[in-house]
Amino acid sequence: MSTSLSKIEKRTAYTLLLPAVFLVFAIILFPIFANVWISFKEVGLKDIRIPEPRAKKIVKNIQDSNFELKIIYKLRNSSLIQDIREVRFSDKLPKNIEPVNLDKRCKFKSQKIKCFFGNWEAGYRENFEIFVKDVNNNAINNNDIKSYNPDLNGKSNNILLTTDFTLKNFKKVFMNNNFFELLMTTFYFTFFGTLGAILLGIFAAQLVNQKFYGRTFMRSILLFPYVGPVVALAYTWTLLLDPNSGTINSLLVNYGVIEKPINLLGQKYLIINILGFELKLRLALTTVIFFEIWRYFPLAFLFILARLQAIPKDLYEAADVDGAGPFRKFFYITLPQITAILSILFMIRFIWNFNKFEDIFLLTGGASGTLTLPISVYQQGFAISNIGMGSAVSIVIVLLLIIFMIIYFKLIGKKANEI
Amino acid sequence: MKFKSLIITLFASSIFLTIIICIWKILATLQGLSFTNLNFNLNLLLSLGLVITCVFIGKKFNHNLKIFILSLSFTILYTFLNEDSPMWFSAGIFLLILFFTNKLKKYDLKYLNQDFISEKIVFEFLSLFAIVFFALVILFPFYIMFVTSFKTQTALLINPIDLSIDFSKNIFEIFKSYFVIFKTYDFGRYILTSSYVSVGTVLITLLFAIPAAYAVARLNFFGKTFLSTSILIIYMFPAIVLVIPLYTVFSQLGLRNSVEGLLIVYTATTLPVAIYMLQGYFKSIPKEIEEAGLIDGQNWFGIIIKIIIPLSLPAIASVSLYVFMIAWNEFLFSLMFLDNPKTFTLSRAINHLTGDAETPRQYLMAGSVVVTLPILLIFIYFEKYLVSGLTAGSVKG
Repeated sequence: MSTSLSKIEKRTAYTLLLPAVFLVFAIILFPIFANVWISFKEVGLKDIRIPEPRAKKIVKNIQDSNFELKIIYKLRNSSLIQDIREVRFSDKLPKNIEPVNLDKRCKFKSQKIKCFFGNWEAGYRENFEIFVKDVNNNAINNNDIKSYNPDLNGKSNNILLTTDFTLKNFKKVFMNNNFFELLMTTFYFTFFGTLGAILLGIFAAQLVNQKFYGRTFMRSILLFPYVGPVVALAYTWTLLLDPNSGTINSLLVNYGVIEKPINLLGQKYLIINILGFELKLRLALTTVIFFEIWRYFPLAFLFILARLQAIPKDLYEAADVDGAGPFRKFFYITLPQITAILSILFMIRFIWNFNKFEDIFLLTGGASGTLTLPISVYQQGFAISNIGMGSAVSIVIVLLLIIFMIIYFKLIGKKANEI
Repeated sequence: MKFKSLIITLFASSIFLTIIICIWKILATLQGLSFTNLNFNLNLLLSLGLVITCVFIGKKFNHNLKIFILSLSFTILYTFLNEDSPMWFSAGIFLLILFFTNKLKKYDLKYLNQDFISEKIVFEFLSLFAIVFFALVILFPFYIMFVTSFKTQTALLINPIDLSIDFSKNIFEIFKSYFVIFKTYDFGRYILTSSYVSVGTVLITLLFAIPAAYAVARLNFFGKTFLSTSILIIYMFPAIVLVIPLYTVFSQLGLRNSVEGLLIVYTATTLPVAIYMLQGYFKSIPKEIEEAGLIDGQNWFGIIIKIIIPLSLPAIASVSLYVFMIAWNEFLFSLMFLDNPKTFTLSRAINHLTGDAETPRQYLMAGSVVVTLPILLIFIYFEKYLVSGLTAGSVKG
């Protein structure tokens, strides 16, 4: 009895899960594995289209003849790079109409013209002509002939399904002189973006955890940067920071803080002199990191605030009795209570910032020293149209992610469930 | 007498006052006033004087009368010493000082004599400063976005920091950018597409996620723990590593440039977190209620429809709003999959606008307002639900 019940339970569970699991498999897991496959191939964006044989049908009258017509088929291979093998063609003729002097490659049988064209190389074109006449020498209506569409098919290789593999993509990725810089930029962006967002999140959470007039309003607006659409916010910031007539630059020039506008998003380095030392600041990267912090500190804020509100009040009351000030309360009570959540937050946000694409793409497009790994995927795959290279960079991202996740689960995986 | 706390109060408060006056001045500049000097040092001295008088007078007078007279005299002094300004600017200064002196109410010499007081004072002004800082840093871009959309190209070129709205023009002139983006750039269609995609994603996600979450929460089956951990792991993989394979496959299947393609991808990417959030909530529903349902002869379908869904409406609302927000704001996939303007979503359409360097910035900002406003209104209205969705989903973002 019990076994059959558990069997029913199992079957129900699998039925309920199947649609979701299938979809996630198809759209998330399959592409991750497909990336591995593509990354070992030399594929460009233009190779993705499967080549097709195509025909355009034109019907022409012949001078001095009402019962004879010329049909022209403009044949071509849709692909400029791949061949099509064994192209077959068929078209239908209306009743009582027959071809005259039919091409050797074709046969006429029960009002159907069937042709075998053999192999078409890449970019193949041909004007294929057929003359037709009415058996009873009646006038032919052009539209009757036009009403049939020719049918073509052929065999071609889908370049994605062939088994030629190459290591070229990975060689190019790793042997590239800029690979180290790419990696370092990604780490700078990720590390400082995460750290800044968490620090700002602590401040904001500490602030909202106090009582003051307008606290609920403050809590709402603190989430605005994350809730707003990235496209709108990124373009607003681009306009704000624009060197020609951007609001912030104009204001700074107006108040004499700077003499010339600074191109905060388009200048790679800013050289600062401090006590005779020359410091080279990655300006555009710093700006992008600040945008990142601005946009994602609300998430850190939410997490930390939830934890702060769970700290028992009597801890603070005891501190009050001892005469501890707010700073001491923060360092000796609050901070120890939130370190666990901070470390989890840091790991998770680190992983997510590591993958950030939209923000940098919309602000700088990866120019002026802000090229990170995710942007590189897009550049290789779509700007340079080299899908194979793009996939190879994706694989690098996935491998690094797996390392981060192993570290995450080793360090705090179990703790995460307790909090 | 504790000089340390007195001096800390004087400096912390006067620096705070000077900074908010500077911010007010900068905001006024954006309304077309031509200030070119912040006069920081002068105003700092003025503020210091104000705080000293305020603290030394203490509670000897009626509080309201005191702050009123102080604010008025300070405002007059300020206007006298600084450059000419219109009435509304001075009125703003007056209100700022009224607010500030009111904050200083409890600060008199007696209060400053308490133990451990200086730390408290610094903390208080730091908090005040933080409120101003966060409000400014967050609202400023939204403000600029909104105001720029009402300007004209020539006005922006002549004076880029004058963002005041000219109310003497007729309504059509003021809202011109909005008329243009709806008429010329076809934003009406994009709003429809975006709404259709977002609502569709929510519905399909719920349709798939509720049964799956129920199975994970309640039923026993082989591979359950594996499944629930892998949900989170899958969730961590970013869109950017999926994009190339999906692009190639969708191109070959003809799913690019179609709303259906977007629906499939959005649903799949939001499913893991939806399942994760819902199963947590389902577990909190007492099992006895379902058992009662079982005795009444319900099958699992009936249990989900008649018991689980009505009981977990708050969680379903959270998930729906969260998924709606993700779908509405999504950019990467719409950038990759859509290149026919007929299928654009709002985000993609705005990105398309910037592709043409000639597009005036007020149109761009009007488009940004159109895409931002609905999601902000939804957020403000349903804040409670969306915040709990965000907290649960904030592993992602």
